[in-house]
Order: sequence, then C-alpha cells, then structure tokens
Amino acid sequence: VNMNRLPGWDKQSYGYHGDDGHSFCSSGTGQPYGPTFTTGDVIGCCVNLIDNSCFYTKNGINLGLAFTDLPQKITGKEIIRPSTKNKSNLYPTVGLQTPGEVVEANFGQTPFVFDIEDYMKEWHMKTKLTIERFPVSDKKGEWQTALQQIVSTYLVHHGYCGTAEAFSRSTGQSIEEDMSSIKHRQRIQKLVLAGRMGEAIETTQQLYPGLLERNLNLLFMLKCRQFIEMVNGTDTEVRGPAIRSPKSRHGSGSNRSSPNMSPVHHTNSNSQKNTPIGSRGNSPNRPIGVKGHSSGSSSQTSQNLQVSQTNNQSVGDLKTISEEHMNHANIAMNGSGCHMIQDDDVEMMDGLVTETKTFTNGNSEGTYMNGNNHTCKSEEMDVDTPSGKRQLCGGSQAAIEKMLLFGRDLQSMSQRLKREYGKSESNNKSLQNAFSLLAYSDPWNSPVGYQLDPVQREPVCAALNSAILESQGLPKQPPLELVIAQSTECMKLMSKAKIGSCAFANLNDYLH
Amino acid sequence: MDVDGRMGMVDSILSENKDKWLESMIQVKNRVIGNNKQKDEIIHQGVIPRLLQWIIDEDIPVELRTESAIVLGSLAKGTTENINCLVDSGCVAVLLKGLSSNNIKFIEACLRCLRTIFLSENSPLEQIYQDHTVIPHLINILSKSFCTQECITTIFSNCCKTADHQNALSRNGAIAALAPLLCSSSYKVQMPTLKCFAVLCYENETVSKAAATATYNGESIPNLLLRLLSRDKPSEMQMAAAKCLTYLCRGGAIPTHCPTIQNKTLSTLIRMCKKDRTLEENVEGAETLAYLIEEDANLQTLASISDHIIKTLADYLRYTSVQQINTRSTNRKVVNWSNELKQAAFRAFASLGANDEEIRKKIIETENLMEHIVNGMNCSDLKVQMGAVRCLHSLSRSVQQLRTTFQDHTVWKPLMNLMNNGSKELLPVASSTLCNLLLEFSPGRERPASESPRLSVSQKNKACLEAGAINILAKLTSRSEGDLRLNGIWGLMNMAFQADLSVKIQIVDVIGTEQLFRLLSDPDPAVLIKTLGLIRNLLAGRTDIDHLMKIYGSQIMQAVVFILEGDHVVEIKEQTLCILTNVADGDEAKEFIMGNEDVLKKLMTYMLHTNVKLQIAATSCISNLVWNEQEGAYNRQAKLRDLGIQKLLQQLLSANDAVLFDKVKTALQQFT
Repeated sequence: VNMNRLPGWDKQSYGYHGDDGHSFCSSGTGQPYGPTFTTGDVIGCCVNLIDNSCFYTKNGINLGLAFTDLPQKITGKEIIRPSTKNKSNLYPTVGLQTPGEVVEANFGQTPFVFDIEDYMKEWHMKTKLTIERFPVSDKKGEWQTALQQIVSTYLVHHGYCGTAEAFSRSTGQSIEEDMSSIKHRQRIQKLVLAGRMGEAIETTQQLYPGLLERNLNLLFMLKCRQFIEMVNGTDTEVRGPAIRSPKSRHGSGSNRSSPNMSPVHHTNSNSQKNTPIGSRGNSPNRPIGVKGHSSGSSSQTSQNLQVSQTNNQSVGDLKTISEEHMNHANIAMNGSGCHMIQDDDVEMMDGLVTETKTFTNGNSEGTYMNGNNHTCKSEEMDVDTPSGKRQLCGGSQAAIEKMLLFGRDLQSMSQRLKREYGKSESNNKSLQNAFSLLAYSDPWNSPVGYQLDPVQREPVCAALNSAILESQGLPKQPPLELVIAQSTECMKLMSKAKIGSCAFANLNDYLH
Repeated sequence: MDVDGRMGMVDSILSENKDKWLESMIQVKNRVIGNNKQKDEIIHQGVIPRLLQWIIDEDIPVELRTESAIVLGSLAKGTTENINCLVDSGCVAVLLKGLSSNNIKFIEACLRCLRTIFLSENSPLEQIYQDHTVIPHLINILSKSFCTQECITTIFSNCCKTADHQNALSRNGAIAALAPLLCSSSYKVQMPTLKCFAVLCYENETVSKAAATATYNGESIPNLLLRLLSRDKPSEMQMAAAKCLTYLCRGGAIPTHCPTIQNKTLSTLIRMCKKDRTLEENVEGAETLAYLIEEDANLQTLASISDHIIKTLADYLRYTSVQQINTRSTNRKVVNWSNELKQAAFRAFASLGANDEEIRKKIIETENLMEHIVNGMNCSDLKVQMGAVRCLHSLSRSVQQLRTTFQDHTVWKPLMNLMNNGSKELLPVASSTLCNLLLEFSPGRERPASESPRLSVSQKNKACLEAGAINILAKLTSRSEGDLRLNGIWGLMNMAFQADLSVKIQIVDVIGTEQLFRLLSDPDPAVLIKTLGLIRNLLAGRTDIDHLMKIYGSQIMQAVVFILEGDHVVEIKEQTLCILTNVADGDEAKEFIMGNEDVLKKLMTYMLHTNVKLQIAATSCISNLVWNEQEGAYNRQAKLRDLGIQKLLQQLLSANDAVLFDKVKTALQQFT
C-alpha cells in the first residue's frame, strides 16, 4: 500500500473520508456512506473479525456497515505457508492532507464514545446461540445416546457408582465396567485422597496385582506421595494401625459413597502423563491450580468449596466428606492445639491468618466434629495429643524413624529406576521436592510446603485411577474430559488461526 | 359411549350429588383442553352458570372452586364466541370476586382466566375500574407468585387504554409495585411489565414523571429500563424497553438530550429497523422511532445519520409479500406486512424530515418515493394513507421540493381525493399539506423562462387544483374543529396571494361574505389573523382593489370598523390597518375611507398609539390616501389637512423610530 495516498484509494486499503462522507473500498471513487466530519468530531472504526465487515462511528453513532468481505487476516493455507505477503493484516491508518492537522488516536486507553461493550455483548450472545443452535441430525437418537454415554462414562470413571447406576437405569445405558470394579477404584481413590498412601498402594496391589509392578514410574509417584504424607503425619505408617481400612469406618453407608474430591481435568489432550502443575482451570468445581500456596487462605478456599460440594451429593457422600474434614481437623490438631482457639475467633474469615498450618477454620471443624462424631468417634480418640506446634510425622519419634527408612527405600528405588529406564527428570524432581521437606524445621511453612496440601493428592489420585482403568482395557480419560480438552485445544487453534469468533466463546461458560 | 360419558359428567355437575362434582369437573377439564368443539358443547350444555355459582359460593370446597376457575380459563382459550359467552354470563365480576380468596391456587386459576379474557379484543376492561377495590387488590396480590405477576401485569397492560385508566392505576401505586418486576428473573413477567409501563406512560405527563422519578433498590426506573436495553437481551425485550423510554421522553419525563435517549434508546430503535429483526420489530421500531424524534430536531439529525436508516426504511417500501401470519401467539390474525411496513416507513420519514432540508433531500432521493407516496394515498388502508400524507406534509415544507419533485407528480390529486372522500382523521394533516402545496401553485409567481414547459404543466395542475381546493378549504372554514378552520382559511389565504382577479372572486364567491365575516369573530385569534390576511391578499393590485371594493366595499369597511373597535391583540389591529392601507391604494376605493369620517378619526387615534407598529400602519394608510400622483389627491389632502392630520404628521416627525419617521416624511412630502 502506498503510504502517500489517502486510505481507501489503493488496493487493500479502506477508508471513510471526512470531506465528502464517502467510503472508499480500494478504489479512487467513493460510495456515498455517511455524514462529513471535521475538527472536534470523534470517528471510530470497528472491524468485525467474525463476519469480516467494518463500520464507522461518528461521535458515538454507528453510521452503518461500510465494508463487507474484508480480507481475512490469515487464511487456513497460510498456516502452512506463512510467507505469503499479500494477504496482509489490517492496520489502523489515518490519512491527513493538510499541514498542521492533528489527530488523537484512542485504542481503548480511554473509554470509547461508541458503546462497543454493548456491541460485543450482542456478538457474545450471537456466538453462543450459534453454538447452542448448531444443527445436529438426530434421526435415530444417536446424538441423545452419545450425550448420555458421555455423562455415564464420566460418572463411572470417577467412581460415582450410585449416581452412575441410577443414571444408566433411567436412560437405558449400559455400563462397561462392572460395579465391583468401580467400587474398588472408589476405595483406592478414597484412600489416596485421605492421604493414606500406604494403604492405597497395598489395596491396589491386592486388587490389581501386577499393575504397579508394570508401572514403576507410577509406583514411584505414589511412594513419593506416601513419603510426603508421612511427613504430614497422615499416612497409615506413621499414624498407627487404628484405622486400617476405610471401609470399616463408614460401614453401611459406604456402598453409595463416592470420592469426595472432584477430579482433575486435563486441559492438554496430548499429555500422556498427569502432570500435576500443568493441569489447571478446567475442573468444574474448584480451581485446581493452587501452586505453592504461600498463605493459608488458598488451602482454605479449597476446603470451603468442598463444603459447598456436599450440597449436591448423597448422604453417603456427606459422611465421606466429613471424614475428609476430620482429617483436616486432625492435621490441625496434631500440629497445634493452641491455634484452635484462635480459629474459633474465625480469624480465617477475615483472611488475616497467613499461617499454612491452619487448614480448617474453627467453624467447619466444630461442625464436623460435633455433628458427625458417631462415625468418627473412634478416630478422634486416635488423635495424638496436640503438642505445642505441628511436628514432623505427628511428632512421634518412631514415626520419624519409619519415615527416614522409607525415604532411603525411595532413594534406592529411584536409583534402580534410573538404571533400568534411564534418567527421568520428573522423577528426580519429585524426589528432590519431597526430600526437601526435611530441610526445614517447619515444612508446612517452607517454600516446598505446598506439597503437604491435600489438594496435591488429587493429581496422584487421578493418575492412579487412569492407570487402573487402562489396565482394565478401559479409557484412561472419560470422554467428557476428552471433549473438553479437545474443545479447549480447538479454541486455541482458532485463536492461532485468528478466527474471530473464538474470542466470543468461552468454554468456562459451560463448566459450572 | 363417548357421548354418554360426557352427558354423564355434565349431568352430575348440574345435579345436586355433591360427591360426584369434583370427579366430574376433572373429567370436564380433561375433555375441553385444546378442543374448541368440546368447549362449544360444554358451554351449550349450560355449564357456565353452575361454575360461576360454585366460584362465588364460599361454602363449596376450594378444590372444586379452583377446578371451576381452571375450566373457565380453558373455555376462554377457545373462540371469540366462547369468550363472549363467558363475558355475557358475568364471568369477569365473579372471577374478580374470587381474587379475595386466601387460597393462592384458586386465585391463580381466576387470574389465568381473567388474563385470557382481557387479552381478547373488545374485552370488558371497564369492569376492573368500576369497583374501586379491584385495582388496589390486584396491586396488593401482584407480588405473590410468578403466576400472579405474569397475569396481573398482562391484565393491566391490556386494560389501560385511556388517561383515566392510566391515572387510576398510577394513583393506586402501580408504578412502585411494577418496578421490582423489571428485575424479575422471568422473561414472562418482564415482558408484560414493560408493556405496562409503556401503556401507563403513553402521552401522560403526570404518570411519566412519576415513573421517571420512582426507584427500586436505589435505581431509577429509567436505569432499570436501560439494563433491559442491553444488546444481549432478547430482541423483543430491547424493543419493549426502548418503547417505554420513548414514552417517558415524550411524556416530558426524560430530556431528549439525555444520553439514555440520545444514545441508547435511539440506537436501539434504529437497530430494530434492520433486516435481521422480525417484521413485527421492524414496524414497531420505525413507528416508535417516528414518535421519539417527531418534535426534536437534534434527534432527527442524529437518527438521519445512524446506520443508514433512510436506506433501511426505503427497503420497507419495496416489501411486497402481502400476507403472513402474525408471530405472536396471543393474537393470531392475518397482517398485511407490506402495508404495515409502508406506513411505518412513511411515518419515520415524516419525522426525520420535519425540520431539516438536508435530511429531506436525502429522503427524496429514495427511489420512486413520490410514486410510493401517491400509491400510498390511493391505498385503501387508512394507516397507509395517513402515513403517506404525513410524509408528504413533512416534505412539503421544502420550497425546493415544492418547485421540483412535487410538480412532476400530481400529488395534489390523491390528496384532494382523500380530503373529499377519506377518513376524517386525515383532514388536519391533509389540509396542512394542501396549505403548503398552495404556496407554490399560487399564480403570479415569477419563473425563469427556461422553466416554461414545466409552467404549462403547473398551470394545468393549478386549474384543477383551484377548482377543487377552494371548495374543500371553504368547507373546512365552517368545521367545528379549530385546527381545521385554521387550515382552511390559511389555505385560502395562501391561494389568494398574488392571485388572478378571477381566482380572488372565486374565493370570495365560494366562501361567501357571510362566512368570511363570521370568521372575523372566531374564538381562535389565529383564525382571525389568517382571515384578515386573506382579505389583505384579496385586496392587492390597484384594479383588483377597486373591483372587489365595488362589490364588497361596504361589508369590508364594516368588518374593519368592527375589528378596530374590538378588543384584540396588536397583531390583529395591525393586520386590519394594513387592509385599510390596501384599500387606500385603490383609485375609487379610496372613497370608502375618505367618505367615512369615523374611520379617519380611528386612523388618527392609531397614529398616536403607543405601539409603534400600529403608528406605522396607520401612517402608511394616510400616505396612500394623499399620494399626489393619483387623481383627486388635492381634494383628499385638503380634507385631511382640515381634519388636522397634516399637523399630526408634523408632530410625528419627532418620532424616534426610523421606519415611522420615513413613513411620516413620505406622507408629508405628498402634501402640496
């Protein structure tokens, strides 16, 4: 484009001229378009990248469509051949002819005179409708069935067996996996989420013999977690045998209960492994991406969310959750009794307390302890007497020794793995991080303390669940998560290809 | 079997066997749902009175009363005859009574039936105003449930047709009760609520102002409406909210320069006119736009450059597909969309071009606009006729258009036809238009020679026009409506301006001197002024003056004296003195003044009047009388000198007013 000529006159340029109010579409002759404009007028130009059109505004008034069929920024072909120069992007240009003319450009640094927000709202709505009203031919009810399958497989995957059973009964879906298998997975998941890694590994080995032996990296991951839980004082090895099996604890209600944590969704469809830190934002219920929580409030967030989750779940679930809360309560109590009194003042509510160690606030603790102690009484009795501050492995010397021993085993396992499979960056890092906890007198308040957060159990849990499913010849990821991941990926691709509508659609609108 | 079964349940309803009632009612209910034939039969079997009897009887179990109301509601969803049957049997009064119950289910059933009845045409809407307790009660139970909200707002929006209705509702706190419903989560509640606000405020300044200042949750109603105008709201909701804001603005409650109106409401209405909206919204959008900008030049200018509105409206005129079923389920009737769109476009054009010549020019550029207007005036649809005339009226304010486009199309023909044969509602705007057209068609206007071919066309038009127009206008002057009399006399005045003597005589002949003088005592001073203007235009040109004075001289002089002696504003007196000046310009006509000492004395009085305009007018008249180039000037000068007028003039030489001074000097110079 010749920069010495007014915009609109030359090929690939477009303009609206103030002297005659005409619009120029790559041509020396204009079309009658709008009013003339002069000193003091505010002229706006809006390029719509969805329908490739453009309109101008004068002093906030939409003057109407000026151009359609504007060149698209980049066509599909160009992704392959990005060297094509001709199909250029559009650049905002102002042409001036008289010396001494002054213009002021506003790219949004101050509010626009034209109500662009309102205009965008309409396009958000239009895009939404386009998606929602997308025609699907559903002659044989296949679409319906597919949707039901997506729901059903999701429920099965995460072990919501009661709900899954009810759902498949009312929709006539069949469940591929048998109920007992689902329950097994559920049991294991519960153990992991409760932080009782030793038991979880043991149960997995019992129920799925050979699985962990074949997946040594997974086993290593589980063991690293076990080590962390030992430091935390939650693992069975260090807490003593009082609670051997989770099943015994919630007796009759257990067959309808489900894992109490919401599963992690992996946004990256390419990911072969469940990378704990890479996964964020797509979980329907909670923000997962809590990285290295430096303040107690982040862990509290997750806990509060958990409480709200209970509303949607069955009575059986409620018990499970209260159990989970008990665990948190235990952590707090194990660590520091004196803090509890502070917690009763509900300081957490104000967000003033920054100490990591206070996992629960006084309210929830009180509620669950008093309200549900018929299920948890025995556990309560097991709790170590709270000492002055939170201590390693719950402060028990024997436990510390066990932990150190376990650490040595872990170290040798790591070396064995290295010998057999070569160096693994992620395994190294996990081990290093886990061991680093011991370097601090107060691991909970250390830079690596985030590992002790119960939220960190979730990726481990998901990885184990996926591995079990894979070993049974089932998909390691439920189709729903696959769909979400694909959609996310698709949106990214659209954005890369500069397809306008992707800016007006948001996957999160559909994930509540 | 089927027939027996139905007979059985009707029989048991009409019987005294209480145990069977409820069961039979439920059978009846299931029978009539969605089946007009069954509804007819049940009505003919005389069930309605029985149901009404139960509804009103408080000793009947409430379940049965509720079922009765539900069945009535179902019957009301049938044909118009079904509704008429219900109304004729006194259903409305009974259901309104039923509303005082404590049972919400029963109340809702009654309300649903009432809503359906009031949604119909010719509903007995006065009934809710007759009993003064009804409206307060409705407002009282308004917020009870989604159902009561939806039904009562729908009832109000369909029952508010006059200023009395508006005031009655407003007095009873309707505005405060309705405001929260604007924020309702239910579309079904929001929409009738918006409609309520629109009908409440339409052309009612008091209610509009009350609505504009009312608040809910600290937010004013205009602000709440503004939220519903947002572009991600359903289109119908944006339209309805824009309508409310328009009515508030025209009701004087929101200034036109306020951003709410100037940016938000205006742009919403313009959006509603676009092709991507429904025809219904197109029509409503253009009509509302026409109303919003009708009287505000600034809004007209803004609208005219917004989103190619003139082009968009021009497309309306080309819409040809005639019939299409209305999309609103509530009144399924066949609508002639072509006509609806045309009239809406005409009205919007009329408003757009009301003040600005540039905008008018842009409108005229619309392809075949004049043909469309002429066809519109010839159309059988009153709304289209009205729209076309309004549009023509607006465009006729342009002198340029009068000289060009209007000449090329014989627009006056259909216009006069409408005035002769059309509806009365058309007369005010049609006669105003005619007044404007007559300005150009007046003869004697000088034209450049190059335009002579057009001139001959125009003269042919002129003859036809004058033939009919004088009759029409003269008739208008004897109408009881002030605005029509004014337009009539105004038209005649325009017509008489610089007209041929024959035209002038025709005018006087047709209107008749009696009628002319009756108009001089018209209660409307504007009519009086235009009448005097007509006389003045008639008495122009020396030979014409003499000729007309010869015929009507005594009456005219009588009228002049009559006005001069009357108690009138300065403008009227000035106009009258100007008539005398014209009379004094004639040759023989001068005698009518010279021979009337009473008039001469009056002139002397006005020469000394405190108002300088009257002094000037009187002096001009004297100046004409003593004009020394005319025959008999010497005698007249002598006479006026004897009366002391020359001295009076000399006194006036000390006047401060320059115009008066010049006039006086000219008059004195005439004396020899």
